[in-house]
Amino acid sequence: MDSNLRREIIMDNYQDPMNRGLIEDDSYLKVNTNSESCIDNLDYMMKIDNGKIIDIRFDGEACAISTSATSIMIRNLIGKSIEEAKILLNNYKNMINEKEYDEELLGELIVYDEIYKQPNRKNCALLPTVALDKMIGELEKNG
Amino acid sequence: MNREDFVMLDQDIVYFDNGATTLKPKRVVDSLVNYYTKHTSNIHRGDYDAAVVTNDLYDSTREVVKNFINCNDSNEVIFTCGTTMSINMIVFGFMKKHLHKGDEVLLTKSEHASNVLPWIRLSEEIGIVIKYMDLDDDYSLSVDSVKKSITDKTKVISIAHVTNVIGDVRDIESIGKICMENNIYFCVDGAQSVPHMKVDFIKSNIDFLSFSGHKMCGPTGVGVLVGKSNLLSEMDTLFYGGGMNQFFEEDGSYELKEVPVKFEAGTPPIAEVIGLREAILYLESIGLDKIHEHEMNLKKKLVSELEKIDNIILYNKNSDSGILSFNIDGVFAQDSSIYLNHYNIYVRAGNHCAKLLKDVMGVKNTVRVSMYLYNSLEDVEKLVDVLKNSKDIFKIIL
Repeated sequence: MDSNLRREIIMDNYQDPMNRGLIEDDSYLKVNTNSESCIDNLDYMMKIDNGKIIDIRFDGEACAISTSATSIMIRNLIGKSIEEAKILLNNYKNMINEKEYDEELLGELIVYDEIYKQPNRKNCALLPTVALDKMIGELEKNG
Repeated sequence: MNREDFVMLDQDIVYFDNGATTLKPKRVVDSLVNYYTKHTSNIHRGDYDAAVVTNDLYDSTREVVKNFINCNDSNEVIFTCGTTMSINMIVFGFMKKHLHKGDEVLLTKSEHASNVLPWIRLSEEIGIVIKYMDLDDDYSLSVDSVKKSITDKTKVISIAHVTNVIGDVRDIESIGKICMENNIYFCVDGAQSVPHMKVDFIKSNIDFLSFSGHKMCGPTGVGVLVGKSNLLSEMDTLFYGGGMNQFFEEDGSYELKEVPVKFEAGTPPIAEVIGLREAILYLESIGLDKIHEHEMNLKKKLVSELEKIDNIILYNKNSDSGILSFNIDGVFAQDSSIYLNHYNIYVRAGNHCAKLLKDVMGVKNTVRVSMYLYNSLEDVEKLVDVLKNSKDIFKIIL
């Protein structure tokens, strides 16, 4: 991908992220995610209806990579079933961790396909997956 | 100054993360190599030549520390893993025995986690009450604020001499006097001061002083707890094992060795203590006053240059240490530190383990520059140049 376009997508999602701001609603699953190796600290909430993700919101302080990755991830996941979400999350994690992945499934998340070149930023890019894995795990545990 | 002593500086880097840990001069590294290649041996047990060398170096380090921070007796010097362990030993080995429910411990919100969490845990265990003394508008702690915070229930004041985000230097001599007059235990976290300025244990009437080796040109894994001998004799050890006992019997009877050996169970960090010894001798050969003056000159220059840049927010420009915390306006601190790393400038971003400070400062995360003797005017100029061009930051880091 052209580096200007990559930067533009990341900056758009950093400066004006999708669904930033939490709401008072007990029907959402909630989780806080601290990135262990850095200082990002985001809260996430997700609403599921009939096995589909109908909303994800977040808020907190985080770097450009964590914030933009969260925004793009939210845009990609809303409307997907839990199973579809898990496949997308796994593909994304594979991309970040330099394993085989299906580019077709990732949409704009592909802007992070070279993040492995900056090892100190991998955890930033993975932060939304930590939160979403936690919430999906919670959901599956509780049936 | 003395840049040639630091092999790390052969690389093209600007190292401004000295509040986290410092570079090691060659003579400190050599002392470790010598231990591992010429006189490897345990202490207190061997009769062979190498063990005698090691033993002499280890034991004489107490005297070196005593002279460095001016306590009364080398037996007041205990080797630990670092400041965190030292403070935990004070809190759980001494204070747990001597404090009671309702007793007040005075801290500040700019303390490092290691001088807050042990006290929080002790309050859970025995019901002591933690109070945070007010900070001034520049986030410093005035002697007046200390005086105002004291009640008849105050039993401990535990503060950093120099705080690790704001870098304000507390007037420990005056506060120590107040503690003495009011029968209050005075605990000083010297992690950010002992490496950078002369600290006088006796003159400041300190009861317990903690500091770390790795923040003062020494190895990681070694620190010091200095305590007044009458207090150490009433302190319990948190660790039991070899080297610290006189005897133990099947019937459960035992006797421990005297202070300070009773606090050093098991094989201590021998190489690291020897390295610490070398680090202290090195710092003394330069002079702590000279080091402090050098850092202050660099800080003044840095502040005066950064004040000219519109989008830089400074949080502690007037504090009397080589610590400067700032943010690039509208940029998350971690993005700033990653930007600086692109130019081989090493700084720290975050809350710096002072997680209560956000309540006072209104900002959670900052970029911290912390200086040491080997930083130069060129280092400062490079940082200033890079920050001047920070309007393009996202072009660089994304």
